[in-house]
Amino acid sequence: MTIAKYPLPRPNAQTQPYWDGAAIGELRYQCCSDCASVQRIPRSLCEQCQSTRLEWRPSQRTGTVLTFTTVYRAPLPVFKDMVPYVIAIVDMDEGFRVMANALPQACEGLEIGARVRMGFQDVHGMTLPVMQAVLEVAP
Amino acid sequence: MTMNAFITGAYDTAVGELPGSSCMGLHAESAIGAVADAGLKLSDIDGVLCAYSFTEPHLMLASVFCEYLGIHPGACLAIQAGGASACIMVMQAAALVASGQCRHVLVVTGDNRLTGMSRDGAVAALSEVGHPQFERPFGISVPASYALVAKHYMHEYGVTSEQLAAIAVEHRRHAGRHPKAHKREAITVEQVLSSKMIADPLHMLDCCLISDGGAALVVSSRAAARDTRGKAIEILGAGQGHTHEHIVAAPSLVDFGCKSSSATAFARAGVTARDIDVAQIYDSFTITLAVELESIGFFERGQAGIAAAAGELGLGGKLPCNTHGGLMSYAHSGAAGGMFHVVEAVHQLRGAADVRQVPDAKLAFVHGDGGILSAHCSLVLGR
Repeated sequence: MTIAKYPLPRPNAQTQPYWDGAAIGELRYQCCSDCASVQRIPRSLCEQCQSTRLEWRPSQRTGTVLTFTTVYRAPLPVFKDMVPYVIAIVDMDEGFRVMANALPQACEGLEIGARVRMGFQDVHGMTLPVMQAVLEVAP
Repeated sequence: MTMNAFITGAYDTAVGELPGSSCMGLHAESAIGAVADAGLKLSDIDGVLCAYSFTEPHLMLASVFCEYLGIHPGACLAIQAGGASACIMVMQAAALVASGQCRHVLVVTGDNRLTGMSRDGAVAALSEVGHPQFERPFGISVPASYALVAKHYMHEYGVTSEQLAAIAVEHRRHAGRHPKAHKREAITVEQVLSSKMIADPLHMLDCCLISDGGAALVVSSRAAARDTRGKAIEILGAGQGHTHEHIVAAPSLVDFGCKSSSATAFARAGVTARDIDVAQIYDSFTITLAVELESIGFFERGQAGIAAAAGELGLGGKLPCNTHGGLMSYAHSGAAGGMFHVVEAVHQLRGAADVRQVPDAKLAFVHGDGGILSAHCSLVLGR
């Protein structure tokens, strides 16, 4: 079997601003200029009204944990050294969604409904979002 | 009501570890078996639907297959909808015969996922369903995606790992009655809970198998069904539901397309969930089946695992479910995994399920789920 490389994101014209933002420590999301809905994940058109007039905005980087898992069986050899690792889906306060791993200090007190802050970490030369800290445990 | 389409032939190959098998070889054996079961000749087949393969991937798998078998149908195409493929293929075949475009459509699936590639290779290939920019960089896998659903669902409805484990235990009990099943030895709740953690809360025994195997059906129009030999099984209703592909973009982690797909299928068939005698429902993971059983309305929210522990999914239970053992214990060979569910429903409705037979089964419900509870297709079959 060929050794698979780390599956780093390959930005395209529509997602470049997201990854450019990450590189300077800014978590960006898209908002529709026509219907004001926020896109769960970036794309070229609004998932509600299909308008292409999407505006990038900076996030305050706080959100609520929708769900998470700890992975023990790595899908690719490049993740084997990382196990066990956490993958979480966070509903950001602005209405978009982020999947990310968690820094060790953010695994403490991690639960569904916990309030968290997102940050960034360098992974194989790219800056990816990461869960940085649990701010408040779930009510 | 009717969809004017009938399953007139069904066949599945041996399953499990099949050294020397190949994707196209399994397709061919399944196809010849299903056509013979219908009492037809290959030349009677005027439509062919295939799905996809990991070991012999191709842009035009149905054309590759027809070339391999040496047939030249009037309609030929491949359908890719992950675990929903088998049910969607049946639904599409029904449309082809009901509209008069075809008389006998061959629906064929198979892959040698176990011996044709490493287990690591299969897991890696499956992880590619994750979003390339917003999921895969974080080490997502199919089990991890379902674990994300499981964690949320269990939190929402108070479901426990013991309750989910009871679902796996019942599947193994079913498989113990099927001489061909990949895994037949009985397991306990304790064994499920102590099996290796894959992605919390899903253990190894909460997950489906990786197997070699193939399965095929012949779907015929009402008029053409008269030319066939066996007991034709009517496709009474069918429906689909699609909400997302990637779990990060799912509108809900508790409501999925199975709700609308089953509602449409039941309405077309003019029946309700309560009328179903036997169910064959996609069980890629214990949580998959729990979510589907509860969303479709067979059980209240949070109750499927409790019902499994009480034997309600077993033979003689309220809803005998996956009487062959399902993807968790019978076999999972890619698109053929879902097709095994359809073939088992046919066995049940023909009264040919041997010691697995649900007495007097007249109405069967079959359901497939592709992606991360993303694409759903439900069928109501009857005799």
